[in-house]
This record gives sequence, C-alpha cells and structure tokens, in this order.
Amino acid sequence: MNAASSAIVIALVQVVLFVFLAPLLMGVIRQVRATIEGRAGSGIWQPWRDLRKLLAKNPVRGIDSSWMLRVGPVALVVSSLLLCVLLPLVGTIPFALIPSDLFVIVSVMLIGVVALALVGLDGGTAFGGMGSSRHMTVAALVEPTLLLSVYAFSIPAGTSTLSVIVETRLLSPELIISPVSVLALVALSIAIMAETARLPIDNPGTHLEVTMLHEAMTLEASGRDLAWLEVGSWLKLAALLGLVSNLVVPWGVVTDFSALGLAIGIVSIAVKVLVLGVLLSVGEIFLAKVRLFQVPELLAGSFALAFLAVTASYLVA
Amino acid sequence: MTGIGAGLLLQLGLGALAVVTALVAAPSLRSRAGGILSTLIAVTGFVTGLAALLGATGGLLIPIALPMDPLLLAPDRLGGLFMLIVSGVGILVSLYSMSSTRGPDASRTAWVAMPVFLVGMQLVPAATDSVSFLLAWEIMTLGSTVLLLADHASRATVASAGIWYSAMSQLSFFFILAGFAVLAAVSGGTSFANLQAIEPGSWAANVAFVLFLLGFGGKAELVPLHVWVPRVLPEAPSHVSAAMSGAMVKIGVYGGLLVCVRLLPDGPVWWGIAIMLVGGASALYGILQASVSSDLKVLLAYSTTENMGLVFLGLGASMLLRGYDATAAADAALVAALLLAVSHAAFKSTLFLGAGAVIHATGERNLDRLGGLGVRMPVTAAAFGVASLGAAAIPVTSGFVAEWMLLQSLIHGGRLDGAVVSVAASVAMPLAVAVIALTAGLALLTFVKAYGIAFLARPRSTAAANAREVPALMRISLALGALAVLALGLLPGPVAALVATTVSPDPTAAVQSVGLGGVSLPGIGAVLDPIMLVVLSALVAIPVLVAIIVSARRHPHRTVDLPWGGGGSRARPRMQYTATSYAEPLVRVFDDVLKPSRDVQVTHVAESRYLVERVRVEQSLSDVIETRLYRPVLNLFQRYGLVVRHVANGSIHRYLSYSFVALLIVLIVVSL
Repeated sequence: MNAASSAIVIALVQVVLFVFLAPLLMGVIRQVRATIEGRAGSGIWQPWRDLRKLLAKNPVRGIDSSWMLRVGPVALVVSSLLLCVLLPLVGTIPFALIPSDLFVIVSVMLIGVVALALVGLDGGTAFGGMGSSRHMTVAALVEPTLLLSVYAFSIPAGTSTLSVIVETRLLSPELIISPVSVLALVALSIAIMAETARLPIDNPGTHLEVTMLHEAMTLEASGRDLAWLEVGSWLKLAALLGLVSNLVVPWGVVTDFSALGLAIGIVSIAVKVLVLGVLLSVGEIFLAKVRLFQVPELLAGSFALAFLAVTASYLVA
Repeated sequence: MTGIGAGLLLQLGLGALAVVTALVAAPSLRSRAGGILSTLIAVTGFVTGLAALLGATGGLLIPIALPMDPLLLAPDRLGGLFMLIVSGVGILVSLYSMSSTRGPDASRTAWVAMPVFLVGMQLVPAATDSVSFLLAWEIMTLGSTVLLLADHASRATVASAGIWYSAMSQLSFFFILAGFAVLAAVSGGTSFANLQAIEPGSWAANVAFVLFLLGFGGKAELVPLHVWVPRVLPEAPSHVSAAMSGAMVKIGVYGGLLVCVRLLPDGPVWWGIAIMLVGGASALYGILQASVSSDLKVLLAYSTTENMGLVFLGLGASMLLRGYDATAAADAALVAALLLAVSHAAFKSTLFLGAGAVIHATGERNLDRLGGLGVRMPVTAAAFGVASLGAAAIPVTSGFVAEWMLLQSLIHGGRLDGAVVSVAASVAMPLAVAVIALTAGLALLTFVKAYGIAFLARPRSTAAANAREVPALMRISLALGALAVLALGLLPGPVAALVATTVSPDPTAAVQSVGLGGVSLPGIGAVLDPIMLVVLSALVAIPVLVAIIVSARRHPHRTVDLPWGGGGSRARPRMQYTATSYAEPLVRVFDDVLKPSRDVQVTHVAESRYLVERVRVEQSLSDVIETRLYRPVLNLFQRYGLVVRHVANGSIHRYLSYSFVALLIVLIVVSL
C-alpha cells in the first residue's frame, strides 16, 4: 500500500476511533471522580446518552442570536475533527502536502477557540460575554507556552512535524527522559489543561458564576447546538491527551502500514488515552481551581519551563 | 520609451488631470469624477508595479541642472512589489471613496489631495536615487496631511491630530534626509547605485543605519515613534485611514528593506538585533494597547503598530541569521516579512474600510455602543469578519501563512547542519517565537472582541439598532478586500515564489510552489497547502452536516425572545458584556504596562449602607510612552516658548537693539 492511501486509511481510522472514544473518555473521567468521591456516578456511557438526548431535542434560539450560534458549534467540531486527522494518534504516516505540522495544528485548534468565544458573545447576555472574555484571556496567555514547548520538541527532531517527532522518540527513547523533554512536556501539559478547560484553570463541573469559564459560553446553546459544542470539546481533550500519551509512550504507534500494526495501534492508543484520562481524573481530585487572576502566574511558570527547555536544548545538548 | 516609463508618465498625467478635475468639477460630480480618476491612477500603478515585479526594466529619466545624479524613476522587482501593494490598496480605497465621501470629506481640497497622495505613494518605490525618493516622499506626506485635515473645522481633535502628524512626519523626513546626506557625502553621488558602493561596516554606514531606522521606523509606526498613530488614523476619514495604514505605512517598510537589503546589505550583526528589538517591542506594545481599546479605529491603529513590528522582527531575524550564514532560514524570514506586509495591506485596509462602513451606518466608533450589526449589515460583517481572521492569523487567510512561515524560519534558524549557530541566535530565536506567540494570542482576543462586540449579540444603542447596510460601491470594495485576504491565504505558493524573486538571487532555493497553490520551504523542509486543509475540513464536515440536516428536519428549532437570559428574563441589552468589560481581565493582568486609572463611585441607598443604589465606574487608559517620553519633552519646549516670549515681546526697539548687538558680534569675530 502506498504512502498516500495508507495516510488516508489511518486518518479515517483515527477520526472514527476518536468519535467513539471521546464520549467514553468523558464518561470514564466523570465516573472515576464520582467513585473516588464516594458517589455512585452515572456510569461511563452517560455522555453517549446525553448526546442522543440533545440531538433529539428542538434547539431553542434567541431572537437576537445570529447565524453564529448555528455555525460556531459546527466550526468547533470540525476543528476538533481536523485535530484527530492531523495528529499522529494511531499512526505516524502523514499527508504529503499537509504534514502534522505543530504550528498548523495549534492554528486549527485556535479556530475552535475563536468559534466558542464568538458563540459565547452571540447570546447577548452577561454570562456568555464573561465566559468568552475569560476564555480568550487564558487562550492568549497560553499561546507562548504552547508554541515554545512545540519549539523545544522540534529541536531534537529538526522539524516541527509531529509524526517525525514521535518517530524520533520511538527510535531513540533516551530523548523521552532527557531533562529538556521533561521540561517541555510539563509546560505542554499545563498549556493543554488550560486549552481544554480542566482543573486547575477551569472547573468543568461548576455552574457557579464567579468560577465559570467554559460553561458560561455554552449556557445559551441548546439541543444540537449544545451537542456539537460538547462533542467538539470532548474530541479536543481526547486528541490532545492522545498526543501527550504518544509523546511519553510512543510505542504501539503505526509507522509502517500493516493490518496487524493498525489493530495494535488502535488498541494501544485507546488504552493510552483512557489510562491518561483516569490519571487526569485522579489528579484533579487533589486540585482546586485557582483564582482567575492567579492563572497568569501559573502560565508564566509554564512559559519559563518551556523557555528553559528551548535554550537548554541549544546550549546544553 | 519602455512600458514602465509609459506607465509612470501616464500616472503623472492622470494625477494632474485628477487635480484639475477636482478644482473645476461641480460638487455633485466631484466624488464620482475624483473616484474614477483615482481608480485609474491606482490601476495604472498596479499594472506598472506588476510589470516591474515580473522583471521588466526601464523607467523615466529626468535630467536636472544641479550638480548631482539625474532623477531616475525605474522600479526594480522590490520597488514593483511595493508599487503593487500601494496601488492595490489604492484601488479599494478609490472605489470606496466614490460613495463614502460626503460633507467635508468630499471638499475640493480633499479631492485635490487624494490623487497627490496616491501618486506620491507610488513614486517612492519607483525612485532609484535619493533626491527623487525624498521628493516623492514629501509629495506623499503632503497629500496625506491635507486629507487628514478634511474635517478640521468641526472637530478639534482633528486639528490636534494634524499637528502631531506633521511634526512626526517632518521628524521622520529629517532623519531620512540626514541618512541619505551621510551616505551621499561619503559616496559622492545621490543615485542608489553610487550609495551601494559604501562598505556596510564603516562608520558612515552605521550612522546612516541609525538615522534610517529612526526615519523609516517613524513612518512604519514602530515604538516609540508610533505616537501619531492612535491620534491620526482614528481622526482621518476612514478611506484615508485605510490608505495610510494599508499603503503608506508599507512605504516605511519599503524604506527599511531598501536600506537593509539593497543599499547596505550584509551589515553587522547588531543591526539585525536592533531591528528585532524594535520590532518585537512594537509588536507587543501595539497589540497590548489594541486589545484594551474600546474605540474601533484606535484598536485598528494600534494593531497596525503590532503588524509592522512583526514585519521588522522578520527583517531583523533574517539579517541576524544571514550574519551567521544560516541562509535558508534567513531567506525564509525575509520572504515571511514581505508576505506579512502584503497580507497586512489586504486585511488592514479592509478592516479600516469596514470600520468606515460601521461609522457610515451608525455614526459610532465606540465599540461599547455597537452590537448586533451582523444581521443589519451582512456584507460589511462578512468582509470585516474575514479580515479579522486574517489579522488574527487564523487559517486559511493570508496572515496565517505569513506568520507560519516566520515561525518556521525562526525555529530552524538556531541550528545549521545540527550545530548551534551562535549564542545570540539561540537566545534571540526563542524570544522572538515567544513574542510572536503572545502577539498572536492577544491579536486573537483583540479581533474576537472587535468582531464579536460590534457585529454579534444585541445592539447597545439606538444608532446601532437602526443601522442599514452601506451603498453598493462600498460593499463591492469591502468584498474585494475580503477576497484578496482569502486568495492570498489559499494560494500562498505562487505569491511567495513571486515575492521571493524580489529579495533572493536564487528564489527557488528559498521558496517553491507545491500542490494546489501550497508553499514549500525546501531549505528548511517545511510544507503547507491551505487548499488541502480546506478539502480535508470539508471532508470531515460532511458527516456533521448530514447529521445536522437529518436532525433539523425532525426537530426544527424554536425562536424565543431570550432562551435563558443568564437566569433573568429581564436581561436588557445594556447588561451585555461590552468591549471595555471584555478586556478587563487583560487590563488587570498587564496593569504594570497599561497603567489604567480607574474611578469607582458607589452610591448607597439612604436607609442602609449595605444596599447599593448605583455604581459608577470610569476607566481611562493612556499611552505610557506618550505620557512618560513625549510629554516631558513637549513641556520643556512649552517652557522654552514661554521664556522666549519675554525676550521677543514685539517691541521694535528691542529687536533693533538685538540686530545691533548681533552686528557688533559679527564685526568683532571678523576682525579677530
């Protein structure tokens, strides 16, 4: 099988797999948290049931809301689906003309960020605007960390193409535990927590006005509009967790196309994402949301780590 | 005569015709006639510039009696590119101004100044000797100053802006003149060919470089010479702001390139570092001020400072990298800087024209009083939205490709064949990436705010509620601008390959076009094909759209007054977030730089001081550089003026005695 068609097959497998995996991941994260907190929980299939319910409802839209309320959620889902296509999750065989370039991937993610912020504003209420404003402030401050940690990862591989980075780490595993890589990974993880609205930057379980970021923007959406917003956010979390897991544990990823390899790749990424989800959930038990105005300090710290990682890899390595 | 010469001559002729027409035409016909002639001037410039960019040679030689090289207007490829940028913006602006100008904006003076401004801007990049360069520069400045002053009679702020603009322009001109004077004194000629002979490391070159950086940096709105921008661009009529920000500022960039790439190439390393520092500071400071601004045009003006900062950051990085022989990355950075300039011309002129349309429809510039314009002005909203995406560097617009290329060149600049090129580069490159990243993040917030607050949600004033879409010609011009933003973003390969020919001796080694208009940087092994990205998104969107259609057929939506209203059914439009509140977290985070002054007055209910009757909040943000750097100097001048007033009090006896004393001193000096 040639490179182009195997790239297409892998992209297709990634999209289908993650569309199934993302709601399951959310279910697992919530159930683990519920179990540890001593609650019964709603089971790991509840996000699926929520989605079915939302898609079967008539959406309610305000008379002053514009096409943005309809298009924004779809744009978020499409940007998250594109992440699933471009990131090396199941395999590292990229498209020739749009390789999994990290700068492109960050920009694709930003499409979703912008779409969500505009949906928040479109409702014409104080809550939506508040969530949108906080969301964009955090997104703006996360950018430097995100791009610098990308930069740090790109130096050993000599390129910002993610599939090459993952393959390099697969071939020389000592890179994974090098100090530079660990620094960059911590910085990237903090940035991803901020991007996906997890603790300690945002509390995904809250509906309290002073603490809301993500939830405030989705308040005015209902029915399928809300469903797409939820799916988009879940897909983004799943894809980014997949990326982190492949950077830490690159084994199992498909580098040469074969049916057996593909099966191993699917199983390994599913296991890796779910395990990372459980770890995330357990970790979040011990964290409280930080004040909004302490978020910049946290992000400045992660930026310092990323900057150290880049300069160290030039001057030390 | 060659084609280029004929084109330049035709422009001059059309310009003269337009001036005469503006003087004699009846007021009712003035805008139509002036607009058509300005469009023709711009189209001629566009064709001439394109020819020069594609490699046509020739020009217009004007012999003069003075003892210096003759005046020669013969644009090279780089000049052609900038003629193309300037005249492209000129076409949009001329079309727009035909129906946008009214009242004082359409006066005889304004329409005389318009062709002068356009021709002046197009002649600067065509000049190949310092005298004609300076002449064209002054024609451009003169035209823009008169255009800015169109509305001075009714608004005091316009007059003040005019003074700031004149002072800062003349300061720029002085520095450029001094720079050329230094070079001409050493080389003994005024033509660029003579000036090129100067050794870049010599003291003359170093002095000239600093003078040119100050001069062209002032025109390109770089910090700390940007103070005229937030006053002038908002006060000028919107089509003039678009021309100034979209085109005239690029002439400042052209000046920078002329010095660093043409006249004094391969300068010392500190030149590159200096330009990177100035560019990075401008980018950060500009976008920070833009992100907290609630005035739509002030926001766009500061964002221009940011974009020009990024262009100069790219230019500086390319000089630094070239100094360390990282040629591939240096070439990519330079092409990225040029692409940024091209894409900025497209999206910023569209944004200013869009702001003009908003003002045309509502009379409001203050974002806090806008809202809900998206349904009332769909074409303006769409064009402004596309241009905002360009300004925020979101795929698949022109801004995204340019910023991507700059980032690629920076991350590949630190190493050459696996070895670290230098300590300076390995600190400068990550810092530059961080600056670009923070700038990009804040630009995202800025333009989400500008678009979201103005065009989405509910109208915050009756003026916004009663807005109507603007006339057809303005809509056409806006649509053309938005199309240019998209086209430049979808076909970056051919554009970048063409742009690379202007600065690189071996353009195909730096940039190539691959796939469906995609761009490839062979020297550093990076590829991007925006059209493939669009195709891919369309493919993943199909199942989502099918699901939506199926769901919409079974479960149609219901429209209600306010679905949830944040828990209260009486949520009024003024309870929405405004531009000021949108940027409030940012003002808090960056309060050390922004120095906001805030006044909160709480009135309590008479019966109990635990109940609040009303809260009044006032917040003002000022430009720290203006208050800390310029105010003290201006105050000093003012004090000097007051002292001098006593010395020169109008008494003829006193003046005669001054002359007598002066004469005595001269005689004493001569006799010594």
